[in-house]
Amino acid sequence: MLEEVATSTEGDLVINVGPQHPATHGVLHLVITLNGETIKKVEPHLGYIHRSIEKMCESLTYRQFIYVTSRMDYLSAHINNHACALCVEKAMQIEVPERAQVIRVIMDELTRIASHELWWGAMAMDIGAFTPFFHAFRERETINDIMEETCGARLTMNYMVPGGVMIDLHPDFQRKVKEFIKLFRSKVHEYDELVTGNIIFRSRMKDVGFLSKEDAISFGCTGPTARGSGVSCDIRKLYPYDVYNKVQFEEVLETGGDSLARYMVRIREMHQSISIIEQLIDNIPEGDFQAKTKAVLKLPKGEFYTRVETARGELGLYIVSEGATTPYRIKFRSPGFSNLSALDTMARGSKLGDLVAMMGTLDLVIPDIDR
Amino acid sequence: MPLTSAFSIPFSRFDIHKMWSLTDITTNIHDWLNETFSPTWVLIIEMVIAGIAVIGLFAVLGLVLVIMERKVSAWMQIRLGPNRVGPKGLLQSLADTLKLLVKEGLTPGGADKFLFNLAPIIALVVAMLLMAPIAFAKDFQLWNLNIGVLYVSAVSSLMVISILMAGWSSNNKYSLMGAMRSGAQIVSYELSAGLSILTIVVLAGSLNIPDIIYSQADGWWIFKGHIPALIAFVIFIIAVTAETNRAPFDLAEAESELTAGFHTEYSGMKFALFFLAEYVNVFIVCAIGATLFLGGWMPFHIGNWEAFNHVMDYIPSSIWFFGKTFFLIFVIMWFRWTFPRLRIDQLLNLEWKYLLPISMFNLILVTAIAILKWHF
Repeated sequence: MLEEVATSTEGDLVINVGPQHPATHGVLHLVITLNGETIKKVEPHLGYIHRSIEKMCESLTYRQFIYVTSRMDYLSAHINNHACALCVEKAMQIEVPERAQVIRVIMDELTRIASHELWWGAMAMDIGAFTPFFHAFRERETINDIMEETCGARLTMNYMVPGGVMIDLHPDFQRKVKEFIKLFRSKVHEYDELVTGNIIFRSRMKDVGFLSKEDAISFGCTGPTARGSGVSCDIRKLYPYDVYNKVQFEEVLETGGDSLARYMVRIREMHQSISIIEQLIDNIPEGDFQAKTKAVLKLPKGEFYTRVETARGELGLYIVSEGATTPYRIKFRSPGFSNLSALDTMARGSKLGDLVAMMGTLDLVIPDIDR
Repeated sequence: MPLTSAFSIPFSRFDIHKMWSLTDITTNIHDWLNETFSPTWVLIIEMVIAGIAVIGLFAVLGLVLVIMERKVSAWMQIRLGPNRVGPKGLLQSLADTLKLLVKEGLTPGGADKFLFNLAPIIALVVAMLLMAPIAFAKDFQLWNLNIGVLYVSAVSSLMVISILMAGWSSNNKYSLMGAMRSGAQIVSYELSAGLSILTIVVLAGSLNIPDIIYSQADGWWIFKGHIPALIAFVIFIIAVTAETNRAPFDLAEAESELTAGFHTEYSGMKFALFFLAEYVNVFIVCAIGATLFLGGWMPFHIGNWEAFNHVMDYIPSSIWFFGKTFFLIFVIMWFRWTFPRLRIDQLLNLEWKYLLPISMFNLILVTAIAILKWHF
């Protein structure tokens, strides 16, 4: 059946989904070859929001280039900044105070929850349910408020700097985060009632968009997309950074490989993130929030690579330094790009409506793919 | 039956209620016109009045249903909804209509101009035609047709023509796909809707809408018809939700897949006509549902509770009718703001593998009940 679909050429209908299309959440352009409603081929076209961030970073100092990275994967701005800070610290061998490390991890996990909340709402919207979006944003707003108090920004935080964090926590931070945890725990069952348990939702998700373990590895998928196929790839577990090796959490793995598995991974990850925050929020050590560093950072000559786990997968940062105040070359390994490349394999042979659901479960952020 | 009684015939067979009726007013107008003009002119004048009444009702329904949908969705989505134009934002839909009226009605270059412009008008005309046999209050009906129910199911299936026409003539792939989906969907779901309507026709023994309503004087069919009537009611609600292209069956529009489906290329008033027709269709199918299963304008009575029944009789029949209809509309809106959308193959599976066999079996069951007089 699948081969028949893939080889016949009669009755082809080529449609452009995007660059302006409600399902692509940005300016992704998919050229889809259809046979009736059945998908024969999906070809993503990129570049509509390419801002040459990597090139821009080459003319910015090691303190400045972090601000640009918030604009890559804007839903996990903290984690992008974290990657940059880690890479510079690794190169210059800066010892980060424990307080800063704990703050960073809490912020990362809050970002992860916020990102997953938005994904949950947007994905429900993709498959035609509008109300979950507002329920998700109700909790996400609380996180944004917490961020705003401490960082002064709600989306592009620019809070993490080489050596620690930019400013100390707001005095209300701990109380607000605890309130958020309470709120989240009291509301999270609504997610399952509204979407997860819905029979239409399950039939749209089960056995749809199958990605095998082998394919997930060969496409370089990371994050919840790969973990939904049973690939253990959580950087927080495999290559722990900051205080991730001191907290108890479990790497969420599902073996289904279908859309429902990827969905469940993200839902369960939110609970893991809450548990990480709960372990740390009462144990923020006293001390400096930033290590003493020079005003102008100069990386030693060489090549440096760090990896962190964003809400979408593994973000790698590769810096080539010539010993100057600006990097010679910067390369980001963004999770969205690799995850998107699996879309064609997942979508072939399924219906057009399912493509939208699959894209929803990939959790694509287009500025992260294009940079 | 010829189109003579633009204002309905008084029905006295089962007139056990002393309910307030609009018949007096319509009879008075009819008598006065007959005294003043010749019979031909009377007919023409009455038809004009009826036409204006339908157009007025049409416009008002469109405005009310749009603001209702926005308020209901706002309520379900923990937000306020429109609250700027008029008191509590109630005039918002009027402002939107004005905006759509003055907007340019664009016709795309590659489109088939004639069909493109005809499609919204057909949608509108079909929705208007459907208004004719509906009894809005006691003895108040535009056209008392002896095959009223059949007429409604026949005319409502014309809706698909306008959608196919719009999808084909737009010369847009999204529109075409939306129209094809819609064609498959409406044609399939009509069967279930028709069969569940038939169950009540079998029970009531008539296709005439007033007859069906009067047969519910001692209890609504949903209560009298045991479980089969309830099953028919549920199937009817599912099928008409699909027939009117409402979520979770809004595959013809499916904005996350097809941007706006068959009306992607429409703008301005042409779009508004589709929009209006959709909402009026929702009203009509809910009115039919209320008429068949919930007793139309019949008040709610409980057995021998004379005092209670008497109080219920004091509520005007039009309020009963519109109350029931708007309750059903609310249910359909509730679906839309709660459920995700189905896929096209799942949609057709649901109809052909589940709803159709169930409703066929149900019809046989109901026929047996009707013959053996098992219903209350």
